[in-house]
Amino acid sequence: MAARAAAIVGIHEYPSRRVDGVSKWQIKAESAARALADAGLTLADVDAVYDAGETGPMAGIAVPEYLGITPRLVDTTAVGGSSYEFHAAHAARNIAAGRARVALLTYGSTAKSESRAIGTGARSMGDPAPGNNMEVPYGLPLIGNYALVAQRHMHQYGTTPEQLAEIAVTTRAHAVRNPEAVAGLAALGIRNSGEITVDDVLGSPLVADPLHVLDCCLVSDGGGAVVIAAADVARDCRTTPVWITGAGEAVGYPGNDRDITTSAAALSGPPAFAEAGVRPEDVDIAMIYDSFTITVLTLLEDLGFAKKGEGGPYVEGGRLRFDRPGAPALNTDGGGLSSNHPGMRGIFLLIEATRQLRGESTAQVEGARTAVAHGNGGLLGTRHAAATVVLERG
Amino acid sequence: MPGEPTRPLPVLTEPDTAAFWRACGEHRLTYTTDRDGGVVFYPRRTDGGQVRDSAGRGVVYTYTVVRRHGHPYFRSRAPYVVAYVDLDEGFRLLAEVDADPDAVHVGMRVEVGWEDHGETAVPVFRPAGSAAT
Repeated sequence: MAARAAAIVGIHEYPSRRVDGVSKWQIKAESAARALADAGLTLADVDAVYDAGETGPMAGIAVPEYLGITPRLVDTTAVGGSSYEFHAAHAARNIAAGRARVALLTYGSTAKSESRAIGTGARSMGDPAPGNNMEVPYGLPLIGNYALVAQRHMHQYGTTPEQLAEIAVTTRAHAVRNPEAVAGLAALGIRNSGEITVDDVLGSPLVADPLHVLDCCLVSDGGGAVVIAAADVARDCRTTPVWITGAGEAVGYPGNDRDITTSAAALSGPPAFAEAGVRPEDVDIAMIYDSFTITVLTLLEDLGFAKKGEGGPYVEGGRLRFDRPGAPALNTDGGGLSSNHPGMRGIFLLIEATRQLRGESTAQVEGARTAVAHGNGGLLGTRHAAATVVLERG
Repeated sequence: MPGEPTRPLPVLTEPDTAAFWRACGEHRLTYTTDRDGGVVFYPRRTDGGQVRDSAGRGVVYTYTVVRRHGHPYFRSRAPYVVAYVDLDEGFRLLAEVDADPDAVHVGMRVEVGWEDHGETAVPVFRPAGSAAT
C-alpha cells in the first residue's frame, strides 16, 4: 500500500447533530452523493460498497438497493466504531489488487433522536454470546467498561484524573473552532459550548468512577461518507488525493493474565506504521477514537506516541493542541468528546484526517503531511476491535 | 406492589455457560483447567477441560463504581461496585463487589458470597473476612 495505490478522494460529514424526520438511510444517501460530488464522481462510478450494517440486517443487499448501485464487491465488516478503519483498509487492499476502482463507505445514525442511552444503557438480554452470559447479572454499562481500564491505569502507572481531563480540554478547544461542532453542542443542549478547563471536567458528575460526564463522548445524530479510489481514478478527481499507505487490524478480549491497560491497538499499530514506512514521531495528525478520555490515553500509548504508562504526562499542558509544534494534533474536529458521536465514530476520523491533509480543517496544522486514524470498536475493557490507518498527502 | 425491579439473570440454557451457573446454584464457584493444567478464562473453548471448585477468594484487579444506569434494577442499586476479581486459583471473573464504594481499592482481598435465584445464584464478592451475618 505504501505504493500509493488507493486514496481518499471524496468526503462528506453530515452537518446536523440533531435531525428531525430524516432517516439514517437518508443521511447515508445524501452523504454519499455529496462525497462523490466532492471527488467529481457519481454513484455510477461506485463498484465496491462497505457498510457496517447500522440500518439493520442484510445491509450488504439493502444499501446497494437503496442507492441503486451494482457493486462487484460488498464488505459488511461490522466491528462497532472501528468498522470504517477496517473498511478503509480492506478497500485499499482490494483496490491495490485490482478488484475495485471506486469504494463507497457510508454511515447514518439517529441515535440522539431515538434517545438511545448508549453509555448507560442496559445490555440486550436476548440470546447472549457465552462471554456475555457470564456478565449479565452485573449490569456493567458501556462507560463502566472503560472505567475499569481507567482505574487500573491510574493504579498501575499513577495516571491522574487531571491528566485524563486534559484530553477533554484539548478536544473542546478544537471543537470551539469548528462551527458545525459549536452548533451541534447547542443543538444537543450542552449549556457551556465554549472552552472548558480541567476543573470543569473534574467538577462534572461522576458516571462510573473514575470517569466524569466530561470524560465521555456526546450522543448525537449524524453520519457521513468516504470515497476511496484507485490511483488512476484519483488523478482525474477534483480533490487532492489522500493516500492510504498502511493499515493494521486486531481484536482484543478478556483473559486471566490480560493487561487491561493495553488494547488491541498495540497489535494493529505496528504493521500499519511498518507498511507505510513511517514512525509515530512522523505523524502530524492523530485522529484517535475518543469515546472516552481513557480511550485516547490508552490508544496513544499503544500506538507508540508515548511509552506505556507515560500517556498521562504526555497529554499534559495542551501538548496535543493543533497549534503546538513537537507533537501530533489530536482530534482536530473536536472529536467524539465535543463534536459528534452518533454511536460509531470511525468514519469521522477518516474525514477529518483527509481535511487536514488537504489543508481544509478548522484547526489546520500548517503543512500537515501524515495522519493516523485509529478506530476502536466494541468495549475497551472487555472485547474490542482495533484498526489503524496511515494516511499521507501527495 | 407491581414490581420491585429485579436483577437480570443469565440464560440457563446457554450450552457453554449453563454448567457454571447451575453450579453457582449449589454455591460452588467453578473454573476450568485445560489438558496441561492451565487455567482457562471461562467460558473460552478448550480441549479436555476439567471443571474444578474454587475456594472463592481473590483480589480486585480493577473496579468501577456505577453511579448511573438505564436499567431500573441497576439504577436502584447505584452506586454499586463492579470489578474484575483475580481468584487465587488463577482465573479472572467479572462480578459485583458488595462493599462501601469508598473502601474498595485495586488489590483488595475479597471472598465470594451468594445471592440465590432459584436454580442459580449470582456470585457477589465482599471484603475478605467480612462474612455475612
